[in-house]
Amino acid sequence: MVRKPVELDGTGHRGQRTALKTIRGLGSARSGTEHFIQQRVTAIANFVLILVLVVVAIALSGKSYPDAVAFVGSPFVAVPLALAIISVCIHMKLGVQVVIEDYVHAEIAKMLLLLGNAFFALAVMAVSLFSIGRIMLQGLVLGSG
Amino acid sequence: MSATTEGGPAGRRPRPLSPHLSVYRPIVTMVMSIMHRITGMMNIAGLVLVVGYITALAMGQDTYALASAVYGSWLGRIVLVTFTWSLLHHMLGGVRHAIWDLGHAFGDVRYQLSWLTAIGSVSLTIILWVVIVVLEAV
Repeated sequence: MVRKPVELDGTGHRGQRTALKTIRGLGSARSGTEHFIQQRVTAIANFVLILVLVVVAIALSGKSYPDAVAFVGSPFVAVPLALAIISVCIHMKLGVQVVIEDYVHAEIAKMLLLLGNAFFALAVMAVSLFSIGRIMLQGLVLGSG
Repeated sequence: MSATTEGGPAGRRPRPLSPHLSVYRPIVTMVMSIMHRITGMMNIAGLVLVVGYITALAMGQDTYALASAVYGSWLGRIVLVTFTWSLLHHMLGGVRHAIWDLGHAFGDVRYQLSWLTAIGSVSLTIILWVVIVVLEAV
């Protein structure tokens, strides 16, 4: 029995791809769909978390050091702040990646920039989470003293 | 890679390139799409500012006082207002794209939606900072 080729793109060509691969939409790049979805999932998370953090930022302004430490170190601020940092960093990494892929065509420069982009996002995340942790511990020390 | 080398060996006439942005009359949907990318890049600087402030607080009293003074200065305020606008523009643009991603608002309303990003981001920035200044004065 001869199987008819899958014609999802309407051209009748599916190259070396199997029918299953064509159906899954995974072309030669083998990725892309999850990039699109992650970008949007983090966008929704960012939107909600940033609305919360705007209120936090306004409440924080003008606070003395002990008050600021106690405020940012409290679970109601520290947890949404940490979540926002993680979500924003993933969103930023994905967004900048697209910009690099759109405008940088020299292979080595592109590779280095993509690598730097991934490292930068992770570094921002790590520094932020460390700082939030340190503020929480500082809040405990000041609170008990 | 420059346009001249893409056509083949050096010295040969460059191959024609497809028309790019400069041939199009700017329309609001296109400008807002470009602004979405620009504000996205600007928000990186804003994130660094936010993380810088958190880290200053984590480092201790002196760095917190220094960061508060810098962010509270006139120049600091101008940068923060710009970041507020950039963030709101990108957020409103994101909502517009979400509406389009769900398959809605492809009619003429798409122009109004795009204008809403431009006008809304500026208006909300002004409202937010008026609230902040009023709260500080009280």
